Amino acid sequence: MSSATIGAPYIRLDGRAKVTGAAKYAAEFKVSNVAQGVIVTSTIANGKITRIDTTAAESAPGVVTILTPSNAPRLPKNGEAGVNPPAGRRLQLLQTADVHYNNQPIAVVVAESLEEAYLAAALITVRYQVDAPKLDFEAGFAEAHPGKNKVPPMLSEGNVPEGFESAEVRVDQVYTTPMENHNPMEPHATIAAWDGEMLTLHDSTQYIFGVKQSVAKTLGIPNDNVRVLCPFTGGGFGSKGSTWSHVVLAAMAAKVAKRPVKISLARSQMFGPVGGRPQTHQHITLGAKHDGTLTAIRHDCYSHTSMIEDFVEPSSSATRMLYEAPVITTSQKLVPLAVGTPTFQRAPGEATGTFALEVAMDELAEQVKMDPIELRLKNYAEADPTSHKPFSGKHLRECYKQGAATFGWSKRQSAPRSQREGHLLIGHGMATATYPANRSQAEAAVRFEANGRVTVISGTQDLGTGTYTIMAQVAAATLGMPIDLVDAELGDTKMPQGPVSGGSQTAASVTPAVQAAAQQAVLKLVTLEIGNQASPFHNLQPDELDFKGGKLFRKAAPESGIAFTEVVKRNNNQPVEAKGSAEPSESTEEFSQHSWGAVFAEVSVDETLGTARVRRLTAVYDVGTLLNERTAKSQLIGGLVWATGLVLEEETHIDKVTGRPVNNNLAEYHVPVNLDLGDIDVAALNIPDKNFEPLGARGVGEIGITGAAAAIANAIYNAVGKRVRELPITPDKLMA
Amino acid sequence: MYPFSFQRADAADTAVDALAHGKNAKLLGGGTNLVDLMKQGVERPSELIDINRLPLAEITELPDGGLRLGATARNSDTASHPLVRTRYPMLAQSILAGASAQLRNMATDGGNLLQRTRCYYFYDTAYEQCNKRKPGSGCAAINGYNRVHGILGTSAECIATHPSDMCVALAALDAVVRVRGPRGERRIPFSEFHRLPGNTPQIETSLRADELILSIDLPKSPYAEHSHYLKVRDRASYAFALVSVAAAIEVEHGSIRSVRIAMGGVAHKPWRAEAAEKLLIGKPANEGSYRAAAELALVNAKTYEHNAFKVPMAKQSIVRALTIAAGEQA
Repeated sequence: MSSATIGAPYIRLDGRAKVTGAAKYAAEFKVSNVAQGVIVTSTIANGKITRIDTTAAESAPGVVTILTPSNAPRLPKNGEAGVNPPAGRRLQLLQTADVHYNNQPIAVVVAESLEEAYLAAALITVRYQVDAPKLDFEAGFAEAHPGKNKVPPMLSEGNVPEGFESAEVRVDQVYTTPMENHNPMEPHATIAAWDGEMLTLHDSTQYIFGVKQSVAKTLGIPNDNVRVLCPFTGGGFGSKGSTWSHVVLAAMAAKVAKRPVKISLARSQMFGPVGGRPQTHQHITLGAKHDGTLTAIRHDCYSHTSMIEDFVEPSSSATRMLYEAPVITTSQKLVPLAVGTPTFQRAPGEATGTFALEVAMDELAEQVKMDPIELRLKNYAEADPTSHKPFSGKHLRECYKQGAATFGWSKRQSAPRSQREGHLLIGHGMATATYPANRSQAEAAVRFEANGRVTVISGTQDLGTGTYTIMAQVAAATLGMPIDLVDAELGDTKMPQGPVSGGSQTAASVTPAVQAAAQQAVLKLVTLEIGNQASPFHNLQPDELDFKGGKLFRKAAPESGIAFTEVVKRNNNQPVEAKGSAEPSESTEEFSQHSWGAVFAEVSVDETLGTARVRRLTAVYDVGTLLNERTAKSQLIGGLVWATGLVLEEETHIDKVTGRPVNNNLAEYHVPVNLDLGDIDVAALNIPDKNFEPLGARGVGEIGITGAAAAIANAIYNAVGKRVRELPITPDKLMA
Repeated sequence: MYPFSFQRADAADTAVDALAHGKNAKLLGGGTNLVDLMKQGVERPSELIDINRLPLAEITELPDGGLRLGATARNSDTASHPLVRTRYPMLAQSILAGASAQLRNMATDGGNLLQRTRCYYFYDTAYEQCNKRKPGSGCAAINGYNRVHGILGTSAECIATHPSDMCVALAALDAVVRVRGPRGERRIPFSEFHRLPGNTPQIETSLRADELILSIDLPKSPYAEHSHYLKVRDRASYAFALVSVAAAIEVEHGSIRSVRIAMGGVAHKPWRAEAAEKLLIGKPANEGSYRAAAELALVNAKTYEHNAFKVPMAKQSIVRALTIAAGEQA
């Protein structure tokens, strides 16, 4: 067997376990004596609970306990422990009778079975003092505020009036994107089990250490008393990056019930209590010369938040670094509404912001009669236009070039309504994709086992993205071993600590730690051997030895050497393990770190009926080194699929009287189905970005959803000559 | 879920008997809608009578050249049946336009007729107002989010739509629903099977509480072969119709001899455009005639805050469906 290589398209190590059902998700763990918890949610958006009648529910069959605001355990600081996002959020933990949004948790029913818990929950009657909820987004613009958030409220580069005065042409438009909910395949779920003062949580999460910290703080118990396990996460997309109310409620209910409690959110409860993408209203003004040179960019954004917490969808963030312009001015304002607190959703900011900016660029290209790629090249940013730092790596020109060639961009007709096939108008569009390259401190361990296998361990998460596989792959490549001999373990707070799987940072944070751990583990083998009289390497210098293919050998005699299992044997049969950690070096701060891509779309639009279909997407990305071509491309394709939903289908509709999400199920909340998707052709340049991290890999989880919505929207415009600036572009908006 | 008892019926008579004597009993076919509604707490039957073992799953030819669809024939079997595909193509098209393959494998033809509306305010018991769930409580949809709601035959009590695709085709095909109750069998013309909401939106069909659907009978017809089912929806599959049209047309020497038009997604029942059909008889089979018919079909449309688009969409869909159905007929 040959040794593993970085980038090779190994199949997922966990693939077989997943398709055979052997992979256990949070709610599937067998925990003895577990009771079933069901959350009761509010049916009003603003007011107070005046009475909860649980009489009938308490006498229903199988009921163990019912927690309400009147009897729930009191928590320190009313459950507001102050853990910062993403881990900590403002939760609804039955500490008060206040209702801040419709579908807010207001009680927990615990019963022997799920059916009994649901029946008892249905028998609870709630009376409210109802106050008028704030639900009108646009009406809130006048009183919008910047929010208490790290996103800067307003930033300006250059002389703003001058920038617009010197413009010869101008695009001045408003783009809107709707409220959305994540809907991963696996709804959020938690099993909480107390053993004395020790709490074990099986939780579906993107951040086991975040759950550990926020649950411990919220309950007022030592951090070390909480263990969180999550070997598999059935999709998260940001909604599982935070610890939401049900996690703590499960722990509270288990404490009261004096037995383990399992809470799995109903699909309808995914709409409100666990975040969603806020709606945005984005006003973009582009000023340019007739030759397409940008003189000024203005991007003013409103997004909604809840009445209880500020969350900013930073739609203007990409505008601050994507194009060179003497003036770049952006602002972010929040409109509080009586809805659940929004949260990070795949490329928060960039997904919505690149839709607006890249459609505006298409509008400008049409005004100045330039090819959309030419316009972008004309304003290509060689360095970050607002931080003025060099980019750690940027090969966007190659993305445009390769994408245009693969797609056949040169054959595009720039005049709208130029191509017809019967009832269908055909159009082509393109846009730029971009997402920041993030990484943070992470730890890992590598262990040489007595049976000749190697285990690589990190307390990180696999959201279906391929973390297991790339951990094993990087460990195997570092050790010069075949991947088949390496096992990966993750998702347990007893393991070395990994960061939140958010911001596309898992790969770039964890794999350098894996690499370091593998190197440390080899060093430990070496140290053991040179210190052991029984070893042929006794008293040699460490640098005289090397390790490859499972063998420790003298560099001077690479043909000889010993298997690491012999070292383990000499180590009293104790596996040899070492930890490693990695973090961004200070030098990375010298660079502006981003990934790039060019997306091309072909659509067909039935002009009379208004239905738009994406026939094909071609995307070329500069995301640094691909650690595993298969899993990386799978994520990029997933992003493009979601972009198709973002531009054509997804929208959470809120009832304007009650503030309740009306389409709170997967039949009415539309995400793309197979038939909505055409050919998707994804390529990556695979140019390492060593300025960013040792392996040169930037994350690939989010960039796929950026730019693509604009590329599709621009293609629709090219097809029908009608510019729809309000997402989603549903048939009613396109119909002739 | 509310507790219920469960029994299996082996014969139509015993099913009818159990239905008549049961307390709040419901028949269980594929369960694709009923079980979902039971989980939602919308349907709360005390007894479920499983009719999947009744000998009603056959699709058979009738002596007059028509076709009998047994009540428990599966939607997917019906759609793939050679006689359905050749004689009633739009029926197969309509079934395949609905739900997902998994749901169609379970769903029965009889059950398809008894699907309940997908109105958000009906489906989610968190809403206080719904005249279907709680007669007299009001209609939250009229002043709520009503993009998917009705534009024809609505009332001040209810603006919900019937969700079925198959039923739109059946309405256009003049199907007859054969039912059995304690007093024997009767035949209900399809146009009389589903009701408009009026002030009793909770009563959705003319099927009595103690009656069992035996079959859906399709008459032989000169137009059914030339038919088309068109569905406009927010995504390419697995979405309820914004608007759908079942059109069947017989053309001779360029003029229209017979025609049927039914619409889905617009009313509390599959909506037959009978005046439009009459208008078309004897007219040339061309776009001008179809446009005039479409205008007439929607002349009484009443729209709400979010669904005005359905009027032009329905008109365009009628023209398109008739054009495709007419095809190359001389």
